[in-house]
Amino acid sequence: MEQSLRETIHENPKKILGVNSQDAKVSLSYLTVAFVSLLIGGILGLVQGLERAGLIQLPSWLNYYQVLTAHGLLLLVVFTATFSIGYLYANLSHALGGLLPKVRKLAWTGFVLMIIGVAMVVTMIVLNEASVLYTFYPPLAAHPIFYIGLVFVVLGIWACCFGVFINYRHWRKNHPGEVTPILAFFTMGVFVLWFFASLGVTIEVFTLIPWSMGLVETTNVMVARTLFWWFGHTLVNIWYLVAISAWYVFVPRIIGGRHFSDKLIRLVVILVVILNIPGGFHHQIIDPAISQSIKFLHVFMSLSIAVPSLMTAFAMFVVFERTGRRLGGKGLLGWLKKLPWGDVRFLAPMIAMISFIFGGAGGIVNTSNQLNQVIHNTMWVVGHFHITVGVSVVLTFFGICYWLIPHLSKRKLTPKMNKIGIIQTLIWTVGMIIMSGSMHIVGLLGDPRRTSDTTYGGHEAAASWVPFEMLFAVGATLLLIGVIIQVYAVFNMMFFAPKGNTEYPVAEPEDDETPTPMWTERWGLWIVLLLMVVAMAYVVPIVDMLLNAPPGSPPIRTW
Amino acid sequence: MQHRLEEIWMTISVGILVVFMIIIGYQTFALGMGPPSHSETIDPQKVEQIAPFDDPGVKEIAENEYEVVMILQSFGFNPSNIEVPVGAEVHFTMTSKDVTHGFQVPGTNINAMVMPGHIQKISHTFKEPGNYLVICNEYCGIGHQAMSTTITVK
Repeated sequence: MEQSLRETIHENPKKILGVNSQDAKVSLSYLTVAFVSLLIGGILGLVQGLERAGLIQLPSWLNYYQVLTAHGLLLLVVFTATFSIGYLYANLSHALGGLLPKVRKLAWTGFVLMIIGVAMVVTMIVLNEASVLYTFYPPLAAHPIFYIGLVFVVLGIWACCFGVFINYRHWRKNHPGEVTPILAFFTMGVFVLWFFASLGVTIEVFTLIPWSMGLVETTNVMVARTLFWWFGHTLVNIWYLVAISAWYVFVPRIIGGRHFSDKLIRLVVILVVILNIPGGFHHQIIDPAISQSIKFLHVFMSLSIAVPSLMTAFAMFVVFERTGRRLGGKGLLGWLKKLPWGDVRFLAPMIAMISFIFGGAGGIVNTSNQLNQVIHNTMWVVGHFHITVGVSVVLTFFGICYWLIPHLSKRKLTPKMNKIGIIQTLIWTVGMIIMSGSMHIVGLLGDPRRTSDTTYGGHEAAASWVPFEMLFAVGATLLLIGVIIQVYAVFNMMFFAPKGNTEYPVAEPEDDETPTPMWTERWGLWIVLLLMVVAMAYVVPIVDMLLNAPPGSPPIRTW
Repeated sequence: MQHRLEEIWMTISVGILVVFMIIIGYQTFALGMGPPSHSETIDPQKVEQIAPFDDPGVKEIAENEYEVVMILQSFGFNPSNIEVPVGAEVHFTMTSKDVTHGFQVPGTNINAMVMPGHIQKISHTFKEPGNYLVICNEYCGIGHQAMSTTITVK
């Protein structure tokens, strides 16, 4: 029985999820929310680009910082979380032969909790009661409902975490001596990281609720900031892990090849899970109250995340070269021509991967003490995360849509839709090169981020930034066009594309691959190691911040 | 073959990261180029009653060496529009009276977070004369974009 299920998974994958339309409904609901938030967040992004360039003036009832808070939260939290959950739950259902009924219930519970949470948060932002930006650093104090809304969002994510843990454990119990399917392994990695990442920010938010209500007089701003970045940067690597799951598992199949060594893939997942959380400290390199030796330790801890990324870069290019040569590519680079550049399911994640070379290099700059001091809080950082999140992650997500959504809605990807996807990918790429490129350069010239207007009374230093800010607006315009095309493509594939079956393009291992060792499944050990790394990174500085704490800060509203 | 290439790739790239760490460490601990990390604290609600912030301003502390005691608050710097001579070494001692601010001088390496409850210090030698723009680079409220001043170096 077990053997036959395994064979079905391998030989006729589309049957599995296709059978279970209830799981498809879960995923489609999450994806719907994701792309509605993308549309709203994208429009808000253009509004900022235009105001920053001085091309429009917002009406008195709406200010730049409200728009920025909403843009950040809708895209960085809502879009990425709902997309990832929709995609990963589909993977889990596909790989494990359907979700357990109670897990499906948990996924719906999570959905409802997140919708309630987002509604509370967005209402407060619209009412101008929470113009505190994505980082909500105290002592800027938002309305208590804003923080309570964030708690609901976290609870929603936890419901999805527990769903994954339960289903994974159930499968392992019923398949003694077997390693889980690689897609389930990735899903487990993402949700373990999500759970431990959100602990820090949850503690922070729980201290801010009574403080914002006036029940507690003051709060420790330094500890709050540190707990925020425990979560804030780990989130980045959660997206990254979601994106590389598609690079490793689906892209090889789409180009007609096999996936890289199963053992190495799992090792990358394990390393990303264990090493990640201390990475957040590089957001605090020029903060007071953290000693230089602790900061140096964190440069090391942040750089260590580069190691699994370098392994990934190697693995992906091996897969491309091997496949291209099998298809008849000759010479040093002839295999490149054999790759299916005209297939959006390949082109979008491929550009995503290439941009990660630049994104990763920029990340190394951000994490290094002295270089960080040059670019901290400048537009360079905004350029950096628009190329990492905005291309490496988002373009991978877009590429996934062109097979995942037709599969879930039992429709087909038409050649016309593929062409629309190619055009979308190119517009997005050009838009991001213009916007992110100009942001990087002007950041080096000192242009600050998160500022509605940077003319500073016409000072000559500020005047040199203006041409680049015009380019932000040009890039942002192209990106909004890209968002509109993508949202159109998603809903077309969800509701209007011709009926049919779409493959779930899971790559197979090479024929001569050695079996994956069972030790990779020791999640208990990975979690212990994760906690040890967190302890190494956080115990000393947080204890120091608590023992040597200044008198706290009262809630302050400056908007 | 592939295994060997992977070993070479990982050795070289991890090696580069290690060299990178050594350079950063050398700059931080041997050359004193580490990031601003001052550890003194202060009551953020009584800043103006506590020395040295009870008397903010520019003070000559030695031959061609100045201390600038500065309070940051939404949405300004106190003192503002300061003047220092060319070639002077300037030590900024700063804190915030309200929310988190940033202290950045574009065109220099001056960039530090200034948080309520904490005293932050950063030093710089202005070698070129000119009118330097000083900005707050951390969002601090509705007037954040107006929070700027200048340093005139003559």
